[in-house]
Amino acid sequence: MALSSSSFLSTPPLSNSKSTISFASSVSPSPIPSLRRVALRSHRRSMTVRSKIREIFMPALSSTMTEGKIVSWLKTEGEKLAKGQSVVVVESDKADMDVETFYDGYLAAIVVGEGETAPVGAAIGLLAETEAEIEEAKSKAASKPSSAPPVVVVPSPPPVTSSPAPAIAQPAPVASAVSDGPRKTVATPYAKKLAKQHKVDIGSVAGSGPFGRITAADVEAAAGIAPSVSPSPPPPPPPAAACAPKATATSSPPLLPDASVVPFTAMQSAVSKNMIESLSVPTFRVGYPVNTDALDALYEKVKPKGVTMTALLAKAAGMALAQHPVVNASCKDGKSFTYNSNINIAVAVAINGGLITPVLQDADKLDLYLLSQKWKELVGKARSKQLQPHEYNSGTFTLSNLGMFGVDRFDAILPPGQGAIMAVGASKPTVVADKDGFFSVKNKMLVNVTADHRIVYGADLAAFLQTFAKIVENPDSLTL
Amino acid sequence: MQSAFSLSFSQSSLTPPNRPLCSSNAAPRNLRFCGLRREAFGFSPSKQLTSCRFQIKSRRIEVSAAASGNGAPSNKSFDYDLVIIGAGVGGHGAALHAVEKGLKTAIIEGDVVGGTCVNRGCVPSKALLAVSGRMRELQNEHHMKSFGLQVSAAGYDRQGVADHASNLATKIRNNLTNSMKALGVDILTGFGSVLGPQKVKYGKDNVITAKDIIIATGSVPFVPKGIEVDGKTVITSDHALKLESVPDWIAIVGSGYIGLEFSDVYTALGSEVTFIEALDQLMPGFDPEISKLAQRVLINPRKIDYHTGVFASKITPAKDGRPVMIELIDAKTKEHKDTLEVDTALIATGRAPFTNGLGLENINVATQRGFIPVDERMRVIDGNGKLVPHLYCIGDANGKLMLAHAASAQGISVVEQVTGRDHVLNHLSIPAACFTHPEISMVGLTEPQAREKAEKEGFKVSIAKTSFKANTKALAENEGEGLAKMIYRPDNGEILGVHIFGLHAADLIHEASNAIALGTRIQDIKLAVHAHPTLSEVVDELFKAAKVESPASTTPQSVKAAV
Repeated sequence: MALSSSSFLSTPPLSNSKSTISFASSVSPSPIPSLRRVALRSHRRSMTVRSKIREIFMPALSSTMTEGKIVSWLKTEGEKLAKGQSVVVVESDKADMDVETFYDGYLAAIVVGEGETAPVGAAIGLLAETEAEIEEAKSKAASKPSSAPPVVVVPSPPPVTSSPAPAIAQPAPVASAVSDGPRKTVATPYAKKLAKQHKVDIGSVAGSGPFGRITAADVEAAAGIAPSVSPSPPPPPPPAAACAPKATATSSPPLLPDASVVPFTAMQSAVSKNMIESLSVPTFRVGYPVNTDALDALYEKVKPKGVTMTALLAKAAGMALAQHPVVNASCKDGKSFTYNSNINIAVAVAINGGLITPVLQDADKLDLYLLSQKWKELVGKARSKQLQPHEYNSGTFTLSNLGMFGVDRFDAILPPGQGAIMAVGASKPTVVADKDGFFSVKNKMLVNVTADHRIVYGADLAAFLQTFAKIVENPDSLTL
Repeated sequence: MQSAFSLSFSQSSLTPPNRPLCSSNAAPRNLRFCGLRREAFGFSPSKQLTSCRFQIKSRRIEVSAAASGNGAPSNKSFDYDLVIIGAGVGGHGAALHAVEKGLKTAIIEGDVVGGTCVNRGCVPSKALLAVSGRMRELQNEHHMKSFGLQVSAAGYDRQGVADHASNLATKIRNNLTNSMKALGVDILTGFGSVLGPQKVKYGKDNVITAKDIIIATGSVPFVPKGIEVDGKTVITSDHALKLESVPDWIAIVGSGYIGLEFSDVYTALGSEVTFIEALDQLMPGFDPEISKLAQRVLINPRKIDYHTGVFASKITPAKDGRPVMIELIDAKTKEHKDTLEVDTALIATGRAPFTNGLGLENINVATQRGFIPVDERMRVIDGNGKLVPHLYCIGDANGKLMLAHAASAQGISVVEQVTGRDHVLNHLSIPAACFTHPEISMVGLTEPQAREKAEKEGFKVSIAKTSFKANTKALAENEGEGLAKMIYRPDNGEILGVHIFGLHAADLIHEASNAIALGTRIQDIKLAVHAHPTLSEVVDELFKAAKVESPASTTPQSVKAAV
């Protein structure tokens, strides 16, 4: 099996219906709190007597989350808290999550009440270390202007602020779609949904429906199958293809003594042939860091049901491809796009000195359990060399994972006939600073996609990766 | 054994009079749900009817030898023992029970037997929903593929779908009519009104007297001011159920049960839907957690958008080449917010009692927003706050709980009382269901209601939850989406409320509602066995997940049976 689980285990299993997060980012001081606390203290000193009053911040529960709503406070003011206890339930764009405290103490004051919304990073409550400090914290909460507490701004260290930043740009088109102020555009519910999904500015779409309304078909046309909307300059063509065909074996250097010559097996010949062929395709690469905490947690949950990490990644890739059909396309003749009607994920497997790519067909549509089952079946067949041709050559996208060897990133060669291949590195605990400057340790994995630049452009690939990362970071949809 | 059972039943179904009723907080809900009690007649009429008749005959012999029709009135000075005005599900339920109790009964109907539920409500809507459920399944390629099934493009014939709904309504209406005729209930045609105490007029000038009278006139769709219903492009549920058209884009005003069910039907048939909801959240009235999940499943992934916190202040039907225009104003500030242009608007803002022309002035009864005021025994209260003797009102007309099966239960409760057995219906044990795909069902209190009550009365509340993803049968059906939730008292194991969202939720709720009705405690019912693998294990899971401090009763029924 190409994938082992070891590199993905890290977070404890999650509770049933709600996920629980207990990151340091939720309750303010982080595992490496020195920087922040210094900043805090110096600030506080100017305000009040020095005390151990901590702020509870609105946590970022997903990369797309910019604000959160307090569903309920599980503790009341004055109640004692023990490290690890759930304090508050926060609703993000995707789910409700329990937020735990990292410190013992007392919930001194609730700054943001139930049902109210606060931006990520804003103080939503105060945590006092001792009972004596509760009153002080309360008065502090009262004196504090409810909007944008200054403390939040202070500790953000300049350089690496927002690692999941790209996602934040996304809500913008939504807003513009809603605020169709003076000139009335009428769009049907599904048209609006599609526009949001394909990031089409609904205002720019001409309506062809009854009474000039914008229909789903209009948006689809505007989005095109290859989105014409994102006019991003393609990145400079990669130099990869340049350093190619000099070594065509004719002028090979003489053999060193005692070297042995072992002819290729059939499989190895096929690999060799494919690799040479791949040189005729102009490829380029785009990498992307993906936070896997949520995925790892999900994996822990579904592993007992026989779900493999390969299935999870294939499913995530399949779902992302469904939204970015061009990455699933191929260029057969150098003149046209061939859009594949199915999303078939080939997964590279090392096998007895060879390499084969069993294909998970319809990875976007099959559910996780079936996919895992299918995968087991395929691996079994691959081992016993019983794969049928359509089970290894019908791939429309390839997944290659070397994470289990500890490889943090690598570069895959695009197999001929496909549009893109994804190289997945190991998921490793990484210290990250969020946009408010709080450090935390998150599992990050680097994925690197190689694509055919004749059909897939830089922006396409970037958008695909963004979608993929979003799916992996909010993996609940994988189990649907 | 038998007798032990029936004894415990009758005791616990009699709610103690001091038990608080939910009448005050039972806000009128939107749709009447159909819990046709006697529908089983439709299946094997001969057998059931004869057995019923035998029973009655034997009783009649005891009462009076000169029995004719459905018996003679026990008091000779009246034409009937019981007259029911309105042959909807409530009146029907009351009539059947009255005959069973040996009362000479008549039922007055000014329109068609079956009332709203059978003709313009729950029954035809279930037919449409049955179609929409199948369409949804067939259109869901992913779902089909996961079964290994291949289906070529699914389509439908609108008239065929509409016919299914109207055929079903006709069939159920006939069943209802036949069941009453077979028992000898006199069906009197014409609008009924109360002339005075124990005196009823029907049709032009037929006057009859009765010892007791039940008003069961039901309700009609409520249309707010400013909305012009033309029956074609601006419609109510009455029109929508005929399915005369499937518009490309339909706005549904109101996101309660009715609106939600129609959104399920219309989106499955290819329409796009826009909800207009006056409250800040969709699906008000449901347990918040359930409505949130329901929104994630029933609204967000479908071709539906919505406007909340707004009133539709003016709706103009499509005419002169213009679409339906809907003016939206902010629910709080009343400022103009938006104008929608759609193909059809469905008004699903609830139902208004149908109590005009009932002659209530003759007995000094003043309606409240159209509803007839009643006490917890459905006895009508007059303008001076006094009970009107021998006059009862059940169902939508009293507004306690606007559900078909609630009306029927209230009717039975009244019959119990007039035949000498005091009875107060526990409305908190009446389940409700919304037949979307998947379904939503509930009984008892929502979590916020339970917490409020707990605070007032000083007890603790706990919640047990389970997911359909953990249920084998649900997974076999590829329908793992869903949640069941139980609100209960950890100290004594009383079930306060159960809410289910998931496959066949409407059928699953009855184990909980029966437990509430019979006062069964969790620590006892959790010992009961459920067949595996069935969806009923979802509810079993809830009972088992509950943490109750008090031990199981020392002599649970299973133990008794074994002895």
